[in-house]
Amino acid sequence: MRLREPYLNAAVLLGLIALPLAALLADAPFTITLATRAVILALAAVGLNIALGIGGLVSFGHAVFFGIGGYVMGILASHAQTYTPLDLGFVSIEGTKSMPVIWLSAMLISGIIAFFIGLLSLRTSGVYFIMITLAFGQLFYYFSISWPQYGGEDGLSIYMRNDFPGLNTLKPLQFFCLCFGLLCSVLFIQSKLQSAPFGLALNAARQTPLRAQAVGIEPLKLRLLAFVISGAITGLAGALFADLNRFVSPTMFSWQLSGELIVLIIIGGVGRLMGPVIGACMFVALEHFLGGLTEFWHVYLGLILLCIVLFARGGLIGLLTGKDGAKV
Amino acid sequence: MAQPVLATHKLQKSFGALLATDRVSVTLMPGEIHAVIGPNGAGKSTLIKQICGSLQPDSGSVDLLGKDISQLGTAARARQGLARSFQISELAMEDTVLQNVVLGGIGATRATWRFWRPALHTQALIARAESALARVNLLEQKDTICAKLSHGQRRQLEIAVALTLAPKAFIMDEPMAGLGGEGSKTMTKFLDGLRGEAPILLVEHDMDAVFALADRISVLVYGKIIATGSAREIRANRAVREAYLGEAE
Amino acid sequence: MSAILIIEQILNGLQFGVMLFLMAAGLTLIFGVMGLINLAHGSLYMVGAFAAASMAGLTGSFFIGLLAALIAAALAGAIIEIVVIRRLYKAAHLDQVLATFALILIFSEGTRWLFGSFPLFLEIPKLLSGPISLPGGIQYPLYRLSLIAIGLAVALGLWALIEKTRIGIQIRAGENDREMIAALGVDISKLYTLVFALGAALAGTAGALVGAIQSVQVGMGEPVLILAFVVIVIGGIGSIRGAFIGALLVGLTDTLGGVFLPELLKLFMETGSAQKTGSAFASMGIYILMGGVLIWKPTGLFGARA
Repeated sequence: MRLREPYLNAAVLLGLIALPLAALLADAPFTITLATRAVILALAAVGLNIALGIGGLVSFGHAVFFGIGGYVMGILASHAQTYTPLDLGFVSIEGTKSMPVIWLSAMLISGIIAFFIGLLSLRTSGVYFIMITLAFGQLFYYFSISWPQYGGEDGLSIYMRNDFPGLNTLKPLQFFCLCFGLLCSVLFIQSKLQSAPFGLALNAARQTPLRAQAVGIEPLKLRLLAFVISGAITGLAGALFADLNRFVSPTMFSWQLSGELIVLIIIGGVGRLMGPVIGACMFVALEHFLGGLTEFWHVYLGLILLCIVLFARGGLIGLLTGKDGAKV
Repeated sequence: MAQPVLATHKLQKSFGALLATDRVSVTLMPGEIHAVIGPNGAGKSTLIKQICGSLQPDSGSVDLLGKDISQLGTAARARQGLARSFQISELAMEDTVLQNVVLGGIGATRATWRFWRPALHTQALIARAESALARVNLLEQKDTICAKLSHGQRRQLEIAVALTLAPKAFIMDEPMAGLGGEGSKTMTKFLDGLRGEAPILLVEHDMDAVFALADRISVLVYGKIIATGSAREIRANRAVREAYLGEAE
Repeated sequence: MSAILIIEQILNGLQFGVMLFLMAAGLTLIFGVMGLINLAHGSLYMVGAFAAASMAGLTGSFFIGLLAALIAAALAGAIIEIVVIRRLYKAAHLDQVLATFALILIFSEGTRWLFGSFPLFLEIPKLLSGPISLPGGIQYPLYRLSLIAIGLAVALGLWALIEKTRIGIQIRAGENDREMIAALGVDISKLYTLVFALGAALAGTAGALVGAIQSVQVGMGEPVLILAFVVIVIGGIGSIRGAFIGALLVGLTDTLGGVFLPELLKLFMETGSAQKTGSAFASMGIYILMGGVLIWKPTGLFGARA
């Protein structure tokens, strides 16, 4: 069964819209929430894929950005809901429950932190890079656990979903459409990036850094920018995730989550545009159905993952289109 | 006396107790092919790395068109006009031939920081790439994935990428490596025609090619240049015969 | 802040470090010899602890439990090496990370399925229970002191194995040039299985020993695994000596930091927040240590030349 990739991509997107609409008709709001969850995880994984799939950076600490996005949302929203401003000493910030502001803040702060982490980590490579990104994840995890002001280990609840002008964000379908719209925008931007000189250079630098240098391209600068963009997108997903659950907690920083993001990409196909989307849908579907069958569904997830790594390296897209994933 | 396009001044490099490069000074004059030969372990690749910027010498300098490039990194030197082909092909195997050559154009035109218009739809990049491909006779294979190319085609592709840089000087590291009789002849003819565009510093083991192409030959033994001269002079040089030619052929 | 307290904390730090060394040594051996990143090492630690707890529970003897831990972990290691790990030696790091991550999932949930979510209990053997009087009037738990002794003994044993035996030579040669020793006729697959099983046995033993002073439960291996990775990055991947020094550094930093940082901060801040902030920084301390070492020496203290 050989499918052309663009058709597969379109089919996935259509399916993603169709499902919640069908759920709406069948009056099953929980399915819409599931679909939203898949879309948000997909967005987080799309962010990672830019660094991992195109740039070849195996970041085992991308949950850092997911958590930062979540906590930016949590902090801004909690100050808004308690009507107390955030006092940083030199400036006092009013909380806000406006989504656009929260999204921009989440992306900005994640991007800045990605810049500094990247500056420190990108000088290493191979297993050292994996370890150092993992370590940064742990750093933030332990920090958030011992930060009592925002819930510490128990996390922080946000009572009301944040606001988006013109929409009733409490309605599952409307929130879904918001998230889906963001996902599509990001996917569009990624496809533009990938085919632009920047994307070509980054992709080439992954495969053959020596050649890239020999034509006047500096891999380090490319990778840093890719890492920053990647962090910002995953940060946005984190803010959305916290909004979906109306809850932020240190587990958003956990290394298991970092691992899961990589798993999402692998299931779908590394470096492929829709890889993370397919992976996220499969993962959420597995989580829901297998999880319903048995409490120990992670065993089956592990087995599936093992089989994919050993036998189906290109992920689902690879199986369906006959094209291998990017070699990382 | 014309100014050398590329010149090294007393390059020296040691690895612990091993003196890999011993006060090497070579020049590359406009329009010439200058071959560097020597037995295995003589230090040819170490020398190339220092010229191209991937290895810092302990002392000595390199200049390109009179400008000192010793402090520049590999990418910066490439942007100054130093083009290189690798002994073992360094190509993006997952990408097509065209994508590989367009990469050269991207580096050359500093287009790396363009984020919007697709590289493969940018006329300037495509034109440059396709003309380079045409010159090495790979234009028909432009949409072939690099991994599917034959060894000889990959060597040609390496040259094409170097061409897109419109370089001031070529550093070629064993371009004949792995090419059979026919392939070597074609490559030799091609390189011969290339010298007018930019001079070539050629590291090679293939003696037929070296004697057919080189205007000057330098012999590197144990990190030291023991002789420089025309093909005839080198063939007659006793020290060279003892150290190298006597053993190899 | 008495001298006795400081010495006790130093001993605790050493005990923690030495147990970390058991984990880190296996990890660094496996990476050094086979070039493999093994995330499942924490699961082997857990297997050892569970084996010890169940056997000790069945037979009433801690030492039988310990033996069971060693055997179970080594066996588990050998099995997964033959079934899964073998196919990963030539694979990219990403694949190794994912495959061993998958193993974590399988082991964790599998253990939870077999034993349930509640922690198991492993008792300190009567022989080693209670405090021992050390010079200076210090009362220190005998068990913890024995752990330090056992850890040092293992370190010595490993050193002897690597430096003085034929297997050791093969291991050292393998670290330097894998293809070469294969060409020289050494049976690579047997060597690799042996090294992996050895690493697993070390991890399982550590799990059993620590299981007596902490709880034996699913997921106990992962925090230790991450620390072990920090240790080998600090020490230099592939270096047992580095793993030893790194483990002691990490163990001492974590323990002493957790005790002294809050005290230090209490000089500047009020007690409540000093305690909380101090603890926060202490748990981050190890990662800051790692970052500092990497900036100074990008491949670790005793790592290969960059």
